[in-house]
Amino acid sequence: MTQAMPLLVLSTSLVPAVVIFLLHEAQQRLRTAVNLIGAISKLMLVTVMLDGVARGVVYETRLILLPELELTLRVDALALLFLTLSAFLWLLTTIYAISYLGRGPDLSRFFGFFSLCVAATAGIAMSGTLISFFIFYELLTLSTWPLVVYHGNAVSLAAGRRYLAYTLGGSASLLLGIVWLESLTGPIEFAVAGQVADLNPHTLQIVFVLLIGGLGVKAALVPLHGWLPAAMVAPAPVSALLHAVAVVKAGAFGIVRIIYDVYGTALVHDLGVGLPLAVLASFTIVYASLRALQQSEIKRRLAFSTVSQISYIALGAALFGPFATIGGLVHLVHQGLMKITLFFCAGALSKQLHIHTIEELDGAGRRMPWTMLAFSIGGLGMIGVPPIAGFVTKWYLGIGALQAGQAWVILVLAASSLLNAAYFLPLIYRAWFLPAPADGETANERDRWLVGPAVATALAAILTGVLAGMEFSPLAWATLIVQRDYVP
Amino acid sequence: MIPAATDLLAPAVSWPAFAVIVPLLAGLAAFVVGGRTLVVLPAASLGFLVALMATAQVFAHGTVEHAIGGWPPPLGIRLRLDGLAAAFLLMTGVVAGAVAVFARPAFADPDETPGDFGFWPLLFFMWAGLNAVFLSADLFNLFVALEILTLTAVAMVALAGKADTFAAALRYLLFALFGSLAYLLGVALLYGAHGTLDMQLLGAASGPATVTVIAGALMTAGLMAKAALFPLHGWLPRAHAGAPAPASAMLSALVVKAPFYLIARLWFDILPGIATEAMAQGLGALGAAAIVLGSILAFRQARLKLLVAYSTVAQLGYLMLIFPLAGSGGAPQPWAAAAWTGGIFHALAHAPAKAAMFLTAGIMMQAVGHDRLDGLIGIARKLPMPAFAFGLAAVSLMGLPPSGGFTAKYLLLTAAIASGQWVWVAVILGGGLLAAAYLFRVLNRFLSEPQGEIALSPVPRGQQIVALCLAGLAILLGLFSLAPFDLLQIGRLPATIEGL
Repeated sequence: MTQAMPLLVLSTSLVPAVVIFLLHEAQQRLRTAVNLIGAISKLMLVTVMLDGVARGVVYETRLILLPELELTLRVDALALLFLTLSAFLWLLTTIYAISYLGRGPDLSRFFGFFSLCVAATAGIAMSGTLISFFIFYELLTLSTWPLVVYHGNAVSLAAGRRYLAYTLGGSASLLLGIVWLESLTGPIEFAVAGQVADLNPHTLQIVFVLLIGGLGVKAALVPLHGWLPAAMVAPAPVSALLHAVAVVKAGAFGIVRIIYDVYGTALVHDLGVGLPLAVLASFTIVYASLRALQQSEIKRRLAFSTVSQISYIALGAALFGPFATIGGLVHLVHQGLMKITLFFCAGALSKQLHIHTIEELDGAGRRMPWTMLAFSIGGLGMIGVPPIAGFVTKWYLGIGALQAGQAWVILVLAASSLLNAAYFLPLIYRAWFLPAPADGETANERDRWLVGPAVATALAAILTGVLAGMEFSPLAWATLIVQRDYVP
Repeated sequence: MIPAATDLLAPAVSWPAFAVIVPLLAGLAAFVVGGRTLVVLPAASLGFLVALMATAQVFAHGTVEHAIGGWPPPLGIRLRLDGLAAAFLLMTGVVAGAVAVFARPAFADPDETPGDFGFWPLLFFMWAGLNAVFLSADLFNLFVALEILTLTAVAMVALAGKADTFAAALRYLLFALFGSLAYLLGVALLYGAHGTLDMQLLGAASGPATVTVIAGALMTAGLMAKAALFPLHGWLPRAHAGAPAPASAMLSALVVKAPFYLIARLWFDILPGIATEAMAQGLGALGAAAIVLGSILAFRQARLKLLVAYSTVAQLGYLMLIFPLAGSGGAPQPWAAAAWTGGIFHALAHAPAKAAMFLTAGIMMQAVGHDRLDGLIGIARKLPMPAFAFGLAAVSLMGLPPSGGFTAKYLLLTAAIASGQWVWVAVILGGGLLAAAYLFRVLNRFLSEPQGEIALSPVPRGQQIVALCLAGLAILLGLFSLAPFDLLQIGRLPATIEGL
């Protein structure tokens, strides 16, 4: 059973993908059923594994592609952190997407690639070797592209081109780094520590730059972030997928794997590559927040906010201290919950009230109270207001920075929080305290499948903050990962 | 039942001979009674089955040799089936079989037009010629097999019967005849120097080095003309784009691989000692030029079939990288094995992917009436399955995982990095990006919002499924690459492991 489990998890989204591709456009109910059955069974499998991994079980499957080229799926605690997040958010995003897209065109294609994306994400989470990671990482690129260009108009095609130019360039860099490293050491397994320790430091430095450079594209590290705001032309469920469930997370997750499971923190420190990464991540955090301030469109503001927030994860990984690591890892979950809430809401606002820019938000709180409530929780969480999840992250990162002797990071965190407040509070203020325009349409939140997911994730963002001390909270799990694998 | 099955695979059963004879007889039958379904489908299935059995035989017993009619060389024809030959045999069986199934509705009426009549005999004779090239154990029989192949291929190009395809066919013929002459001259020189044309004996012989080098160079140049390897590629795009889609699939996926196969045999098996560093690097440079130029030209095409044809020019360039990557000189080269396997894998993986692309192009041409890219905007909504098939094939051509193309690229890249040849690293990675540039240009059009209603002629669903299966095979080759990898290890000669 422990062998079949990773394959089962993959198949819960691969099989629906294939089935949906084969369905007729008109078979709406069947498509919905297949989608939901896949998403729910995945969540159930993940729950079983959560229990198993907590007890110390390791789920592992190997498929030999070539001698020295193995596709290894291995579920450890870190894998499960990402896997649980994506499984949970996938279910909600699927529900949301079904409602959001309604009876639009090309839905079989859309949901087919959507499921494929999630399969790729599960693969990324469960990859046990560098090359397996790369295989799924590329599968993710390929299956996301048709979603980005879903509308098929000039703007979205241009965004798609930009997305490919960035990500395929990044993947060339990543592949070069991986093959270079493996040509010196043999296949690199995440579970085996110290495989690269004896190599020439200069080679290791160059390879580190190649690897992080490749991953930094998806993780949207400045200056590799340009594709993300452009990709906002995609439908809202795709934005949720890009920003919270899959794509940027895959990049950040990869960076964590490289630092902790390929190089090891000690080596990263000795090579002197950790601090530059921390600086770059900090720069990204501040720079992207400033850019977010300049945006007048809600979705673009959220996009730059993602660029900024996702770098918390890289920052946490690049500072070497157990608390910083916990803060970075747990932000993988926290950012996902808060950002997906914001995107669900932005999508609902544009769909129901045709609100796209910040000026149009005036009085939206009275017109769509549940949506704006969820939006406000997400925004406040991003700022770091306790007890919402974002606060926990910042607290741990701050302590971690002090532990690592990098007090300047506190300044970055403070500046980021101030900027977050500066670009989120006006939206919340407008929605609740300014009158709605006279000609505005009346509220319509009757489509509960469009609003429900946002409320659910907002609630989850509060609960993960309030109940952070409980067993199986993201924070507890991140602590477990660090205690089990990364404390020397 | 199990012992009986084992007996079928015994070395005494001449599957190699069947592999040549079955398509030959099928071709004759098609010539006599026309390409009727009753002939075509059983013949194609049988041809595929024979290739499968031959592969199973190699897995069971290693390299198999047969002298047809019991005559020993130099009088008789000797066939030699090792892992490499079996892999190419099977690749041909799969693609040619699929093309036969695909073409059945397209060339259904043998009494109607000369094109419909000619296609089937040509297809099967071509199949026989390909198998003969892969199996021949001496250089003269190889020449005969190559000529069969060339003539059927040229005729296939002319099949459409229009003025511009005649011109393309004529151009192809001229290149091919030049290739034949150069090859034959090389063979004659070798015979003069060593007194034998048997490939194994030649491999073991030592003779005057200068003559051998000149002979090798002549044969290589001749074969390069036939394989459309840069700079002798000028005939390919018009010829491959002008032929009917099933014919293009055969030409691009299989026919150009046969001369490449011989070049690889020549350098690694027959004359392993003669390659110098400069020659190997020079061939690699030609390959790199093919990749860059072919991709740029592919990017600039306005018609789908021409784009796909130029992509073949680029993809064939990778095959040339085998030579610099497998290295030369006396030092031990642990990466040479990966380079050789990677190159061969590339040739194998390219076949189903490229066939799928040409068949997809054919489907779209049939549906829309032309293959201008600007007329295919939004076609994915009307023809989702062919568009998806094109996408899958594109993944393999770009060398992205999971696909056969990725496995090949990974092996080549490993060899390039391990041998510290950073120029070729850049070529391999850059080539993938260039392929992405021209292939996503097509996919972009497919996924665009349709501009107005497109009027489509119906395309049989069976044809769409065939194209999708071929493309899927290119992907599966990346997930199940261990079996072909093991096959290629059987009967491998030292130079393919230790370097030139």
